[in-house]
Amino acid sequence: MKFDTPAGTNPIDQGKVVGRPTPRIDGPLKTSGRAPYAYERHDVAENAAYGVIVHAGIAKGRLNALHLDEAKAAPGVVTIVTADTAGKLGKGNMNTAKLLGGPEIDHYHQAIALVVAETFEQARAAANLVRADYARGQGKYDLEAALPGAPPVPDPNANDGKGPKIDKVGDFERFFASAPVKLDQKYTTPDQSHAMMEPFATIAAWKGDELTVWTSNQMINWTKGDLAKTLGLPKEKVRLDSPYVGGGFGGKLFLRADAVMAALGARQAGRPVKVTIARPMMANNATHRPATIQRIRIGCDKDGTITAIAHESGSGDLPGGGPETAVSQTKLLYAGAHRMTAMKLAVLDLPEGNAMRAPGEAPGLMALEIAMDEMAEKLGMDPVQFRIKNDTMVDPEKPERKFSQRHLVQCLNDGAQRFGWSRRNAKPAQVRDGRWLVGMGVASGFRNNMNQKSAARVGIDKQGMVTVATDMTDIGTGTYTIVAQTAAEMMGVPIDSVNVLLGDSSFPVSAGSGGQWGGNSSTAGVYAACMKLREAVAQKLGFNATDVTFANGKVTSGNRSADLKDAAGLSAEETMEYGDLAKQYQQSTFAGHFVEVGVDAYTGEIRIRRMLAVCDAGRIINPTSARSQVIGAMTMGVGAALMEELAVDKRFGFFVNHDLATYEVPVHADIPHQEVVFLDYPDDTTSPMKAKGVGELGLCGVGAAIANAIYNATGVRVRDYPITLEKHLAKLPMVA
Amino acid sequence: MKAFTYERAKTPAEAAAAVANNPGAKFLAGGTNLLDLMKLEIETPSHLVDVQDLKLDRIEETSDGGLRIGAFVSNTDLAAHDRVRRDYGALTRAIVAGASGQLRNKASTAGNLLQRTRCPYFYDTNQPCNKRKPGSGCAAIGGYSRQLGIIGTSDACIATFPGDMAVAMRVLDATVETVKPDGQTRRIPIADFHRLWGNTPHVETALERGELITAVTLPKPIGGTHIYRKVRDRASYAYALVSVAAVIQPDGSARFAVGGIAPKPWRMAEAEALAPKGAKAVATRLLAGARPTSDNAFKVPLVERTIAAVMAEGAKA
Repeated sequence: MKFDTPAGTNPIDQGKVVGRPTPRIDGPLKTSGRAPYAYERHDVAENAAYGVIVHAGIAKGRLNALHLDEAKAAPGVVTIVTADTAGKLGKGNMNTAKLLGGPEIDHYHQAIALVVAETFEQARAAANLVRADYARGQGKYDLEAALPGAPPVPDPNANDGKGPKIDKVGDFERFFASAPVKLDQKYTTPDQSHAMMEPFATIAAWKGDELTVWTSNQMINWTKGDLAKTLGLPKEKVRLDSPYVGGGFGGKLFLRADAVMAALGARQAGRPVKVTIARPMMANNATHRPATIQRIRIGCDKDGTITAIAHESGSGDLPGGGPETAVSQTKLLYAGAHRMTAMKLAVLDLPEGNAMRAPGEAPGLMALEIAMDEMAEKLGMDPVQFRIKNDTMVDPEKPERKFSQRHLVQCLNDGAQRFGWSRRNAKPAQVRDGRWLVGMGVASGFRNNMNQKSAARVGIDKQGMVTVATDMTDIGTGTYTIVAQTAAEMMGVPIDSVNVLLGDSSFPVSAGSGGQWGGNSSTAGVYAACMKLREAVAQKLGFNATDVTFANGKVTSGNRSADLKDAAGLSAEETMEYGDLAKQYQQSTFAGHFVEVGVDAYTGEIRIRRMLAVCDAGRIINPTSARSQVIGAMTMGVGAALMEELAVDKRFGFFVNHDLATYEVPVHADIPHQEVVFLDYPDDTTSPMKAKGVGELGLCGVGAAIANAIYNATGVRVRDYPITLEKHLAKLPMVA
Repeated sequence: MKAFTYERAKTPAEAAAAVANNPGAKFLAGGTNLLDLMKLEIETPSHLVDVQDLKLDRIEETSDGGLRIGAFVSNTDLAAHDRVRRDYGALTRAIVAGASGQLRNKASTAGNLLQRTRCPYFYDTNQPCNKRKPGSGCAAIGGYSRQLGIIGTSDACIATFPGDMAVAMRVLDATVETVKPDGQTRRIPIADFHRLWGNTPHVETALERGELITAVTLPKPIGGTHIYRKVRDRASYAYALVSVAAVIQPDGSARFAVGGIAPKPWRMAEAEALAPKGAKAVATRLLAGARPTSDNAFKVPLVERTIAAVMAEGAKA
């Protein structure tokens, strides 16, 4: 099915199930510990041995020798995989660094061997007996030092990555120079780790030349292809199964070392092997969100009209990697006739940089939305009004191209009213509550909606149960539930008559979970399969397909009615594909983020007091799980604003704080009441679901709202994330 | 984790002898720190002597009105004890400011005193660390050192003692009671219990080989307002950037011990004598000779500001 004209009225609009707050259908399995996560799937592969990875102890250089004798002789050891024993390996399309290093080492904690043993403890003990002799190479680890010589690069997400290296509209330099009010500031964001709850984990088993991996992955089809490519197998010889994923945040978009090493270990051991990557190895072994150094210039008329806006960002990655696209939102968020965006990419020998929740927009808005706050202050304007003044209903780079919908102004106005914004003192450092300096901040949230082709198979059995199968993943987001809601609405059955099967590569290929495209895209695929099934049911039951209704387990047309289960045995598979509506219309999601913080006047400690997000993200399929997504993202934004930073050791080239004791993410005590409001405007250009992404929107902008609230509380502007107390302590008023 | 053998000792002296007689042996109490370090092979004991059956899990009143806390009393039980809450509030507040409920249920009094540093280079076995591997060097010096020490450190090690409980015990003038392998007992003032790193940062306490902590005693209550103020980036489950345990008397006299900055809880009588002159005077004296890194230089003003916060709180009470 192709979606190439705006959706008319369709069965989803009934709203009997879709759009209703619906508890997770997989909730009981998860709360009772019966949802099988990859490492605990004890029933799938008998006699599995345990593999423990040996990780490189240098960031760059060469492995001169790997001494295995002691490890091989250790109790229980079955076999040891190294680059020497693995044979020739390819590299996945989505991977920048090799997943098995040696003799060249590309980054710290890169896998260099896998020790397979009878028990986990034996494998771990033997892995520690492997001795590596390295020739340490010269690496580049300092972004600030590397950027001046780094080349400009085009936006990989626009024009197939072949666009201009500097994106210009009008004459930015001239109009910025002549603007009566201007801002020119530098902002920095650090490297961040996904730090998802479930570590990477895979069980691998071979049957002849066929490989099955039970793993934890967001993008089944990408990873199936990349695993086949890495191992030199035809894609159809590989099966992935990932029904439950304990969080990913982009860290599990790609094939990672656990799956490759488990497959190699199982091949060499001649039996199934399970591998996890220990928490202290995850930050350096896997991918991370790259640090950025950004420069923003804004020129305004005295009335607050933006006349010139430029956003430049520099980031680093291993050779062959890509930039953190921190300038993306600046192309679309505010009006302004004269514009410029550009990115630079330095080669760094740190671990691989790659996508983390809202790649680009998350760090980009952390900078842009402080800049907007600073500019509002220069203009003497309220920061909400300054944003509203520069709202645009068209793509500012191509004014003939409209937004499909845009209710940012409503997000900001509604949010301001609900939050009590009028009580904010525009002059900073004025509000005191005991030892706390109190401030409020606002930021716009923006994240593009993206659709991906997605397929599903839907069938009916004798009991009238509807079963949906798709290789779509549920990474904790609530996919099981929205897929069930969609099928229930379409087939006219209660949600508990829908059985959802996800995450198996033998199912129809879905959009997968990434880029906040999963919810809208995967349910649109289910919609397509259901439409096809409805036709088949109508035909089988002797109805005219055009005027038939599906409700209460019955199929009805005019006076005649039949039970849906009379069509038992029917199933249909269909793919939803997209025409060029996303080119005709700019499809984006918007939010108004409002935050109140307290800053301890003595110690400079920052604590969040209240948070509100008003979100404009199309039809909300399940307000319960959408709210979970947004509050989770707001929490992640608190981490980004206040504490999350992978500290780079610039001498040895690694992230030093590589465990959860030292890489701090928010805990419950950090998170106060969070309020989320959805405007819930169905958007008929996005899909028949009229929905959009919502999983990343909640993160976009919230960090800057916090930063702006801190400034309002203290009068000290910090432009370097995370905003830890030492960055403003010396400038806080002395209290003793 | 290296393979190890395990035994449960029946008496403190037997436990001490069991460790003294086996060069690879260590005591195991709650295990909340030791077992983690064993998994990472930062600690590699070949034998563990479990102290849970030694009946060191009681809190008793002493004849002078103080308390004797058994070495195996859990952090949870200690913090919740009526007398501790009433008379030694700084101790309850310090304990509940640390770790998590689950960890405090397992962690013991003696084990808390003996917890090892959280320096990230100590935790990464690829990196040189004089504490983990004497003589190998210190990667933290010149590296990422935001969390590390500013005073009492050395050219061999800039780590901190990371605990909270001991900071309160320091301000309360606690005494550590031990038994040696030969059955002799001794009493070590808490001030002398943790050592400065010097050239031997792997030697962290005054304990001799096999010497077992049996109890910590608190002298009779001193009244005053008890405060424990822990400064950290997140509101819970984080080690202190700086912490201050304080007892402030109605006449303005005060005791302060500072955590998160040194190899031991940092306290100085000369600094406390300056309390009437304010936080700046106290902090300046307390931190005389501090050698912070560029990453953690903020701890110097932060100590002063935290003492000021504590003084303000004490004055209000």
